[in-house]
Amino acid sequence: MEIRKKYFADERNDDLKEIGQSRQRSDALGHVKGITPFYADRAIPGLLHIRMVRSPHHHARILGIDASRAERHPGVRRVITARDVPHNVYTVLSLINIGPEDEPVLAFDKVRWQGEPIVCIVADSERAAYEAAQLVQIAYEELPAVFDVEEALKPGAPLVNEYHGQNYYRYDSGESRKVILGDVEKGFAEADFILEQRYQASPIEQAPTETTGCVVVPDQNNRFTCYTGTQAVFFTLDNSSVILQVPGQQLHFVGGTAGGGFGGKVDCTTEPIAILASMLTGRPVSYIYNRYEEMQISSPRAAERIYLKDGVMKDGRIVARQVRCYVDSGAYSRHTPYGTQKAAAHFPGPYTIPNVRIDCYCVYTNRTPSSAMRGFGVTIGDFALEVQMDKLARLIGMDPLEFRFVNAYRDGDMKAHHQPTEGAALIECMQEAAEWADWPVDPRCMAMSSREPRRQP
Amino acid sequence: MAKIPLHFILNGEERAEFVDSGATLLRLLRDKTGDLTAKSGCLQGTCGTCTVLVDGAPRLSCITLAEDCDGADVETVAGLAAHGQLHPLQHAVMEHFAAQCGFCTPGMLMAAKALFLTNPRPSREDVVEALSGNICRCTGYEPIIQAVLSAAQVMSASGPGAA
Ligand code: FES
Ligand code: FES
Repeated sequence: MEIRKKYFADERNDDLKEIGQSRQRSDALGHVKGITPFYADRAIPGLLHIRMVRSPHHHARILGIDASRAERHPGVRRVITARDVPHNVYTVLSLINIGPEDEPVLAFDKVRWQGEPIVCIVADSERAAYEAAQLVQIAYEELPAVFDVEEALKPGAPLVNEYHGQNYYRYDSGESRKVILGDVEKGFAEADFILEQRYQASPIEQAPTETTGCVVVPDQNNRFTCYTGTQAVFFTLDNSSVILQVPGQQLHFVGGTAGGGFGGKVDCTTEPIAILASMLTGRPVSYIYNRYEEMQISSPRAAERIYLKDGVMKDGRIVARQVRCYVDSGAYSRHTPYGTQKAAAHFPGPYTIPNVRIDCYCVYTNRTPSSAMRGFGVTIGDFALEVQMDKLARLIGMDPLEFRFVNAYRDGDMKAHHQPTEGAALIECMQEAAEWADWPVDPRCMAMSSREPRRQP
Repeated sequence: MAKIPLHFILNGEERAEFVDSGATLLRLLRDKTGDLTAKSGCLQGTCGTCTVLVDGAPRLSCITLAEDCDGADVETVAGLAAHGQLHPLQHAVMEHFAAQCGFCTPGMLMAAKALFLTNPRPSREDVVEALSGNICRCTGYEPIIQAVLSAAQVMSASGPGAA
């Protein structure tokens, strides 16, 4: 690794001790010896196993649940339904005052996505749990479902989640998260060219090699140890405490070792129910997603539909940018109201644009609830923005890298969020990248600096 | 359910266990022998995290019947470091940052070891081919390929039979 001295040299002492050094990972030795303790890597005698009965429908009313045959199946220790869960309807971000609570641990009146858990079987063996799960009879009345974010917002669309009362998350700013600077309509009127494009991304599964899950061991004194692959140990402990209505000190979480997560292990979907099963049986319990569940049940990165409209001048300046972004939360909130907020904050990209209007909607549909994944709320928006930047450059016949130099934000520029830019280094990064990529740009670009205010035309 | 008696060698040690008919080698290793190094990433033969050696050949232990391993010589990562000395593959994985979360690492190591048994001087293509049944979601594979190639070099420099 090499640290370039030519940029911002006067801002540093160059007395870095760790940066620039290669250091061994603290867990590397355990990894190569195969002794790193993942949550399932403990020999626990008498372990019980959980299997969930899940909704085969995207949207349906539950008319009745008959688990009597499952209860009588050999090896079954306990069948858990919604009424056994002390605080059944929750939402993970209630810990940071995002509400309303909108998701049942176990569904009871309605199912809102295919795969939603309804009945939890706790049995001596995985096999007994699988077999008993087949014996649960659930009567449904199917309801019309909605799978498209814009369809979901139309009047008359089926209502997905009654806890919200409408198919979008209501922010304090209204039906969308908004960022507004200047006047986009005025900007479009001045522009030499206007380009409007639609970008659509699919949901993306994180697919860690270790599937989501946990193993719970009852301690003495009514305390429960939860070995978990979660990426959010304390957050999951607190949510479990809310759902189970027990004080946090009764829960002992052991985590911090995840066999890959990438955002897919932050949703507290296995721990509360496994702890409850342990409380109800007095036995150690494991709840481990199989690979099918990891791919189909665990929350993916949210799909997004993005409309970008830009007004651009012949000299390369973007004078107006309008963004409408619909983020598919699936049937419940999980982390998507937050991801949608991040999306709004991230547009319009690292560019200085005088007129900006951003509306990001967190939309409920009958699809698998979405949540976190590496840079959620940002990554897909970046893809759309940068594809749009290339298209705009082509439209005005300018080199795509030079086009970004012209628009790159600099110290002191007013950002769309009404905060002046500080510590910008985009121009310098692009200068370095241009050299490395052997992509010559106009000397005017190579002479630019993030610290010099842009020339006003 | 019928219990089946099994004799086999695990990392050089003789073992005897009773297993249920239909139980997998992965369950035998993890539940009966206490060797937790082989991982269960999919339990359907698609990810390679459960790879072990059976009589020197790489096997997906999640879809290998335990009862078929009677009399077999089974090797896992637990047996890779000999006399407290890390195997060159283990050194190389550390040096090349080829393990991030570490969940695929035991399977990768065993797949690479199997390659060395038949092909001590593999080309890059040979390494890619040998690891192609093992999924890694963290590293992007390149550090793993580099680690295996560099271990092969170290081992051929220290003479035949080093594997
Ligand atoms: S667990 Fe055996 S191949 Fe995935
Ligand atoms: S290091 Fe995480 S899957 Fe390979």
